[in-house]
Amino acid sequence: MNGLTNFLKSKSPYAQGVFQAVGHSILNVVQALGAITLFALRTLGHCLAPPLYLRHIGRQMIDIGYYSLPVVGMTALFTGMVLALQSYTGFSRFNAESAIASVVVLSITRELSPVLAGLMVAGRVGASIAAEIGTMRVTEQIDALTTLSVNPMKYLVVPRVIAGALMLPLLVLIGDIIGVYGGYIVATHVLEFSPHNYLHQTWSVLEQNDVVSGLVKAAVFGFLVALMGCYHGYNSGRGAQGVGAATTNAVVTASILILIFNYLITQIFFS
Amino acid sequence: MMTDATQAGSQTAPQPSNPTSQAKIEMSGVVKAFGSKKVLQGVDLRVERGHSMVIIGGSGTGKSVMLKSILGLVKADQGSIKIDGQEMVGAKSKDRESLLKKFGMLFQGGALFDSLPIWYNVAFGLIYGKNISKEEARTIAIEKLNEVGMGESIADQYPAELSGGMQKRVALARAIATNPEIIFFDEPTTGLDPIMADVINELIVKCVKNLGATALTITHDMASARKIADHIAMIHQGKIIWTGAVEELDHSGNPYVDQFIHGRASGPITGV
Repeated sequence: MNGLTNFLKSKSPYAQGVFQAVGHSILNVVQALGAITLFALRTLGHCLAPPLYLRHIGRQMIDIGYYSLPVVGMTALFTGMVLALQSYTGFSRFNAESAIASVVVLSITRELSPVLAGLMVAGRVGASIAAEIGTMRVTEQIDALTTLSVNPMKYLVVPRVIAGALMLPLLVLIGDIIGVYGGYIVATHVLEFSPHNYLHQTWSVLEQNDVVSGLVKAAVFGFLVALMGCYHGYNSGRGAQGVGAATTNAVVTASILILIFNYLITQIFFS
Repeated sequence: MMTDATQAGSQTAPQPSNPTSQAKIEMSGVVKAFGSKKVLQGVDLRVERGHSMVIIGGSGTGKSVMLKSILGLVKADQGSIKIDGQEMVGAKSKDRESLLKKFGMLFQGGALFDSLPIWYNVAFGLIYGKNISKEEARTIAIEKLNEVGMGESIADQYPAELSGGMQKRVALARAIATNPEIIFFDEPTTGLDPIMADVINELIVKCVKNLGATALTITHDMASARKIADHIAMIHQGKIIWTGAVEELDHSGNPYVDQFIHGRASGPITGV
């Protein structure tokens, strides 16, 4: 103990600096969490109170949902394919090849389709929302909305968040189908499984809860991705650098939150 | 140099012209700090109904923050800001939103919505703020564009397709579209060539006069200030240090004002 105290005294300026830096970053994280929670609550409040700009919600649904289809579809297809291939090489060591169909369908619907779709949409949509709203902040367009009697939260944030929460489950449902089909292609064409048996095993193991839990996750992830894009864009710093930082932060925080909430929702559904 | 606006101003006594009447905008003791940086340190200002007040001052003296604190875009820490006698500081968001309907604002960079066509930009406040149908709003928008010297041909173009001066005119048309009672101009001539700056100045004088609106402008362009203003106030280090009619500007007896209007490097105001 004495040794430690002496060490700290001898190195006091450095030690102090380290403690200060750690304390400072903890305070920053807590402050950011508080600000994000307040922003989320304000957004939810605005979602419930009229007016809702339905046309904007529709346009955002197309932007977030329809235009993300290729990315999410490709991700699901190759994930399903590689899953069948990997589980075959693993399970053949235990002569358990028949479990491949179950592994593919359960992993895709419960985990991989929602998480990977969430992460891909975070990269595509979260970044673009943050860049768009951030640029509007920097060029005073958000202030202009206020002076034209339009609440920027309602006009910019609410449509994106609602569209995110509605469209990601749809994307994930399509991803589920494509992912399972990817596994089916590899199993029947490469691994030479019987199509009838593979489909039978897929259907027999799948329960409603597997799909529903994935869709609930997707709705939460969609909300989080749009919320993080809006939050970081809305609070963007000045200039090109500020918008750049907002975009990066939107993608990073959305991705981390997706992974954290994925665990929490899994725990709620399957514990 | 004397315009209609300045002559109109000369008929009234320097501020406060009539302390018993209700001012359109009244700020008293407004304080705003960002962290440890005190930007506004007790601003007192009174703008009478129908007058054009210009705030002059160097960069970083708190001009923009002052304007934004009146609109509630920046929340004042202390003090009182009254519009038609109604308190804005600490007002409920609903009350503030209804007070904001009285305002129009021309932003420094125009702040046009770049994803919307020109006519929709001008009609925005009519469609969303006043619930006017799109067809009717488009007709009014084109009238307002004509008022600022822009033809219908640009109505369907996008802001990025216009030059800086044209964007400023569109932004002016948007600011006056809802016939606001109070119009704010944030550095209206910054970034424009001298001729376009004068065109904008004349449009501002004309529009304010036509609407009978109260105008508050912040600028460091003295030619623009002399043209637009009935009254001038100078802000320095977060406080209003001089207020007077535009005719008194050249004999203010205030060394800060003298240094600023003549653009001298030496004097009580030191460059940062």
